[in-house]
Amino acid sequence: MSRQHNVLPGFNLALGYTLVYLSLMVLIPLAAVFIKASNLSFGEFWNVVSAPRVVASYKVSFGLSLVAAAINSVFGVLLAWALVRYSFPGRKLVDALVDLPFALPTAVAGIALTAIYAKNGWVGQILEPVGFQVAYTPWGILVALIFIGLPFVVRTVQPILEDLEMETEEAAASLGANRGQTIRRVVLPALLPALLTGFALAFARAVGEYGSVIFIAGNMPFVSEITPLMIITKLEQYDYVGATAVAAVMLVLSFILLLVINFLQAWSSGRVRKGR
Amino acid sequence: MSIVKSAHAHRGNRFESNAATREAPWVKALIITLSLTFFALFLLMPLAAVFSEALRKGWDAYWAALKEPDALSSIKLTLITAGIALPLNLVFGVAAAWCVAKFEFRGKQLLTTLIDLPFSVSPVIAGLVFVLVFGTNQGWFGPLLQAYDLKIVFAVPGIVLATVFVTFPFIARELIPLMQAQGREEEEAAVVLGANGWQTFWRVTLPNIKWGLLYGVILCNARAMGEFGAVSVVSGHIRGMTNTMPLHVEILYNEYNFAAAFAVASLLALLALVTLAIKSWVEWKAEQTVTLEAENEFQNGTPS
Amino acid sequence: MSISFYFRVLVAVLASFALSVGAQEVTLLNVSYDVSRELYKDINPAFAAEWQAAKKGVITVNQSHGGSSKQALSVAAGLEADVVTMNQSPDIDILVERGGLVAADWKQRFPYEAAPYTSVTVFLVRKGNPKGIKDWADLARPGISVIVPNPKTSGNGRYTYLAAWGQALQKNGNDAARAKQFVAALFKNVPVLDGGGRGATTTFTQRGMGDALVTFENEAVLIAKEIGEDQFDVVYPPVTIEAAAPVAEVENVTKRRGTHAAAVAYLNFLFSGAGQDIIARHYFRPRDPAVLKKYAARFPAVRTFTVENALGGWANVQKTHFADGAIYDQITEQR
Repeated sequence: MSRQHNVLPGFNLALGYTLVYLSLMVLIPLAAVFIKASNLSFGEFWNVVSAPRVVASYKVSFGLSLVAAAINSVFGVLLAWALVRYSFPGRKLVDALVDLPFALPTAVAGIALTAIYAKNGWVGQILEPVGFQVAYTPWGILVALIFIGLPFVVRTVQPILEDLEMETEEAAASLGANRGQTIRRVVLPALLPALLTGFALAFARAVGEYGSVIFIAGNMPFVSEITPLMIITKLEQYDYVGATAVAAVMLVLSFILLLVINFLQAWSSGRVRKGR
Repeated sequence: MSIVKSAHAHRGNRFESNAATREAPWVKALIITLSLTFFALFLLMPLAAVFSEALRKGWDAYWAALKEPDALSSIKLTLITAGIALPLNLVFGVAAAWCVAKFEFRGKQLLTTLIDLPFSVSPVIAGLVFVLVFGTNQGWFGPLLQAYDLKIVFAVPGIVLATVFVTFPFIARELIPLMQAQGREEEEAAVVLGANGWQTFWRVTLPNIKWGLLYGVILCNARAMGEFGAVSVVSGHIRGMTNTMPLHVEILYNEYNFAAAFAVASLLALLALVTLAIKSWVEWKAEQTVTLEAENEFQNGTPS
Repeated sequence: MSISFYFRVLVAVLASFALSVGAQEVTLLNVSYDVSRELYKDINPAFAAEWQAAKKGVITVNQSHGGSSKQALSVAAGLEADVVTMNQSPDIDILVERGGLVAADWKQRFPYEAAPYTSVTVFLVRKGNPKGIKDWADLARPGISVIVPNPKTSGNGRYTYLAAWGQALQKNGNDAARAKQFVAALFKNVPVLDGGGRGATTTFTQRGMGDALVTFENEAVLIAKEIGEDQFDVVYPPVTIEAAAPVAEVENVTKRRGTHAAAVAYLNFLFSGAGQDIIARHYFRPRDPAVLKKYAARFPAVRTFTVENALGGWANVQKTHFADGAIYDQITEQR
């Protein structure tokens, strides 16, 4: 289907507005990063962004963000499912509190999580004796990234789940599918596009996160240094150019990852619509 | 009709009371246990920690921390910032979702990805870009702004810009999957039946997306008020003037005034509860409409 | 769209102006580092009272606090500071380099190289000093855990690193290789590198990490007083670094705003008897010998060295220790 056959109005207006606003608020400011970074020759640029310590920080940031987004995808769907399909005491309260990570300043979240997971905290004092240290290790970073990413998955999956027709599932059941099959073949495919979006957003948010991570990470070189910390480190030494170089790498890497996920998302939603 | 679809107040019950759409009790129990444990571990406990710290010195200290002039001015600034950022991103979100979800065009994936981009930009960078653009010394527009004695960064406009940037994708991102899942048959029908663009949007699309839209607005608002990193770079941290609530929290914390810091933070956490109130109210409104419409439809003999 | 948007921005700008210009009085903005907030909370009203007593009118000093280098960058990018009060001179030198915001001879504008007070780096240990930590060498012992803020992001951390380095040089007859070995051993004992001095304090005091916290004297004493004298002891090592806190007028701004006289008066107040007294009460070491004598009990005598007299100045330190790939990076990468 191409646009010419679409009878709906407003495409040009909506797209035009979108592009202008996008350029003004996002693209032009971000261009500043690349222009600043281009003060470096390619060799210098490469030296900055491929320094072993910086590379280690990419691994920490991108690796842990992927893990956190994956964990959030599983539990986010479960949580959204429980919120939409079941009634249990406190459901509305849980529903409201899912947004908490957005409202709570990241620094506060970081401090609160550190307080809980440090060795004298509520959870930390249970885990520490069994030899599992969370705060000031990469596990702590993971905890923080899970915290900030969870609402993205829940809030993208939830509206779709609410919009699913009960009749579709009834039909599947009446055609002989058991509940497991219905969920696997009917419900999950319908959720997949939204889930991928949620995953992408949770991941994207986690990669850039600074405020909450910095308190709980320990910030040890090669172990628990995240890429945004490398940027701050360079800024603290008045190295604007080096900072923007690392920032440019981060931008490009996350842009590519997001692009891939968005293609996956478009592909899966295309399948859903054809399947209907 | 569409509104019936959107009102989900009793969906859970409907699904559970129907044998065909019901899980085995143990599955239900497992899902609820798992998700609530996860919820408790990662969301409830930080919240409890915030409130327990905030009230450590008692209610009097709590109120005193909130009534302090610097705290009040930070609350005011936060409200102003969210008040400007929210409508801007709302209009953008609807426009972007409309063209991405209802039309096919070349470069669509690229556009959606660009819309997502601010999520992945480290807040630190988000603040830095505005310094690079508007800063006096090296910024592109720095000399111009200085010539006219205009302040963007380290003043309110910079804080607003950084907030808009950080919350940029929220509403669009909430609406796009929803509008995609809904397809465009209903709008097409409306247009074929002679409705113009605005009518189609107001009467067909908006009722369909209002839940997603509401979520988007709530999230966008929460994030706008809670943003720390980006705002911290462009704020200048002038006490009582350019400190937003999150920045005020940081200041108090760094002054070892832990109770007061968490008191202000708890106010931001309470946002989630305000959200609850708004949602309940809208749900209640929607139910009323649904009941009325269902009655009308029943009388007219056109069950949905 | 773009026009209406910029219009909105313009309105917001004007609104913020109305707020700042509305009252007919002189305002100064003092952009400072992180841990000077309690000090200036007392200095500012005292200065305003003196200013008013001299029939010069009403004056308000606004404060902005944050990491020293971050604050300096903000001023360089347009944060309209009338005066800057930092904890290391590179953060003022950068304002000379970037756009000449501060006069190149700023160190000569005020007494004592424009630094109204100093502080020394000391240790804070748990009550009774169970690990027997007395000197720098004890921090590098195996099994000791030391909390230090990240030298890459914090002036406090940088001074700690330099203190350890400088005293190791003295002990080892200026042998840089031995000094490097020692500092590497010390930083091996650091389990957390917090972003700033106050973060490190919280990690040590609230989270129960570490046997010793290395920080400035004024911080250590403040912590012991604020958080619990029954929990911590302050330990003075025999030799340590002295950190001067430099101040400067941002002439570029004061000329434009017409606040030159007020800014200079404000900074001079810091060096006056009254100012020095407030400084001493906040456990910063005053310059004025009379005031120092009055509060001698607070400031145990220690042998000190400075970046300038023992380590070849800040430019050298920055290049050989903290630049990417320099000594600090080398020792942390060995871990």
